[in-house]
Amino acid sequence: MGDALHVALLLADATVRVATPLVLAAFAALYSERAGVVDIGLEGKMLAGAFFAAAVASSTGNPWLGLGAAVAASVALALVHGFACITHKGNQVVSGMAINILVAGLAPTLAYAWFRQGGQTPLLPGEARLPQIHLPGVEALSGIPLLGPVYRELIDDANVLIWLTVLLVVATHWVFTRSRFGLRLRAVGENPSAVDTAGLSVTRLRYQAVIITGVLTGIAGAYLSTAHGAGFVRDMTAGKGYLALAALIFGKWRPWPTLFACLLFAFTDAVQVRLQGVPLPVVGVIPVQFIQMLPYVLTVLLLAGFVGRAVAPRASGVPYVKER
Amino acid sequence: MAQDAAQGVTGRGFGRPGEVPGWVGFALLPLLNLLAALVLSGLVILVIGENPLDVLALLVTEAVGYPEAIGYTLYYTTSYIFTGLAVAIAFHCGLFNIGGEGQAYLGGLGAGLVGLALTGWPWPVAALGAVALSALFGAVWGAVPGWLQARRGSHIVITTIMFNFIAAAIMTYLLVDVLIRPGSQSPETREFDPGVWLPTMDRALGWFGVAIPASPLNLSFLWALACCALFYLFLWRTRWGYEIRTVGRNERAAVYAGISPARNIILAMAISGALAGFVGVNEIMGVQHRILLNFTGGVGFVGIAVALMGRNHPVGIVLAALLFGVLAQGGGQVSFEYPTVNRELVMVIQGLVILFAGALENLFKPRVEALFRRRAGGTAHG
Repeated sequence: MGDALHVALLLADATVRVATPLVLAAFAALYSERAGVVDIGLEGKMLAGAFFAAAVASSTGNPWLGLGAAVAASVALALVHGFACITHKGNQVVSGMAINILVAGLAPTLAYAWFRQGGQTPLLPGEARLPQIHLPGVEALSGIPLLGPVYRELIDDANVLIWLTVLLVVATHWVFTRSRFGLRLRAVGENPSAVDTAGLSVTRLRYQAVIITGVLTGIAGAYLSTAHGAGFVRDMTAGKGYLALAALIFGKWRPWPTLFACLLFAFTDAVQVRLQGVPLPVVGVIPVQFIQMLPYVLTVLLLAGFVGRAVAPRASGVPYVKER
Repeated sequence: MAQDAAQGVTGRGFGRPGEVPGWVGFALLPLLNLLAALVLSGLVILVIGENPLDVLALLVTEAVGYPEAIGYTLYYTTSYIFTGLAVAIAFHCGLFNIGGEGQAYLGGLGAGLVGLALTGWPWPVAALGAVALSALFGAVWGAVPGWLQARRGSHIVITTIMFNFIAAAIMTYLLVDVLIRPGSQSPETREFDPGVWLPTMDRALGWFGVAIPASPLNLSFLWALACCALFYLFLWRTRWGYEIRTVGRNERAAVYAGISPARNIILAMAISGALAGFVGVNEIMGVQHRILLNFTGGVGFVGIAVALMGRNHPVGIVLAALLFGVLAQGGGQVSFEYPTVNRELVMVIQGLVILFAGALENLFKPRVEALFRRRAGGTAHG
């Protein structure tokens, strides 16, 4: 019994840690896509965030400066995306792809020139990483069955960015259902000309949305390199940006289902790590590659409409032209 | 008199504006976009502490400066033509195929299986077999996302990206556990029988008494050029091509014209996948002569840049593929010469070219076209 609980807690803990960057990235895309700007450049923005967070944290020893640099870099890329897609009405998918390829090259190039360690940053010491938050009362609660271990394994010593992500989820729900800004964002993604007629600037709203996307992807990147990991390695996002986008579509562009999708992907990943090399009943040991592709296969199956048709915001991907 | 008056009106900008010559669209603007991308790449080189002009000069010399280098450049060009055409045909159907990487990877599996199976056969048979099986494997890997898009409504961009990851996992599994050469440590198959290798260009030209230096450039280059011609004939001279382009331009109009969008989406993605699969013929049958991990190395993504630069037309695609071939070959050599520059710099340039040639294509367009309109109007008036 205690053993099963322990395994479940370890799985839950791993799920939360893997889900955090996914949630950050998926919610980042939520803002942009609800405003009608498709963003497949999450991957690139996260990677840029991861690199600048690690590089600055390594140079200054201060992870908070690293977080700031990550957000700045990611917002800069988001503005490039906005400049191409909003101002110049370019193809949004192409722009996102360009950002992904650009950063996949730029991050190791800069890392190589900056640190001379084969496209990586040096391993970060403990104080240059974002801290975990130690909660009081672990000892006092440890005697209580269930609650004690849950508190100790799952809730205590969670990284500060995990707490930030929890806040973000709640805040995003509030923004999109209760705030004037959120309702306007949704309107601009469904029917921009109506928003324009109401005297609001479509351009301004969409730029605000992509900037929020930039901030959140920057934080997601910083999480990867200075909270979850200890330094930048090339391609460290490893498709998380694309998975986050899939989670958003699977969640039908709504906050809570998107969160659920991210947790599901993260759980698959956590199980995947535990399943490696473990013989299962009937099938025996599954080759590790098949377990690794589980999240991707799951995405394809889920998107193939086994969860009902996902309807994108109506104006998503369409540049707004004031007068035709 | 009346004629003069009419011309005067045009000149003052009331009536029809002056015509913009065609070459502005397909030559001047791409060059301007390319220039902008190169200037920014130069800035990156400056930031990492090298002289951009020196690097550029070395890059060009190492790519086209001597016959052997040209062979290497054209070898890269071959793969880029295949993936460029693959992305382009999907574009013509209104689809964005990011799955070229996975399709090329599986195409290589198809070509490689032929190479492994046909020991002792003459090379033309193996070449035909490799073309057929790589096309089949690539086509399946493209058609499944096409089917999912057409029939189940799942977004092709996401599905093709996922198929890239799935292809990578499958190939790793096959190479690590199934196809690996017995007793070998590195995950790759045994080398094919030299008799089935696709002849290199220097060997092929040697049969006609023409001597060129040895390079990986092989006969699949000719197949790539043939594919360009077939691509043109198919898209602009057949009914099927017309249907694909109609679906790409206006799906609803296609339905009213009795054209099935779903059928054409699947067909276009199958052809797209087959074209990407031919990368396997070039890489596996022509150069590596064994199946190995990650031999694609991003060709699928370069194909996006090639198609965008080449305006989705075969002639443009060949020119753009040449440009990226120069970048790949020259960039690789530059990284040997300069300790601070590594191969990833090429990706930076590729990303910037995609950004400027694709997403920011409207950056210079209105101003340049306005300039030509004004000039054209002015001459009509004078």
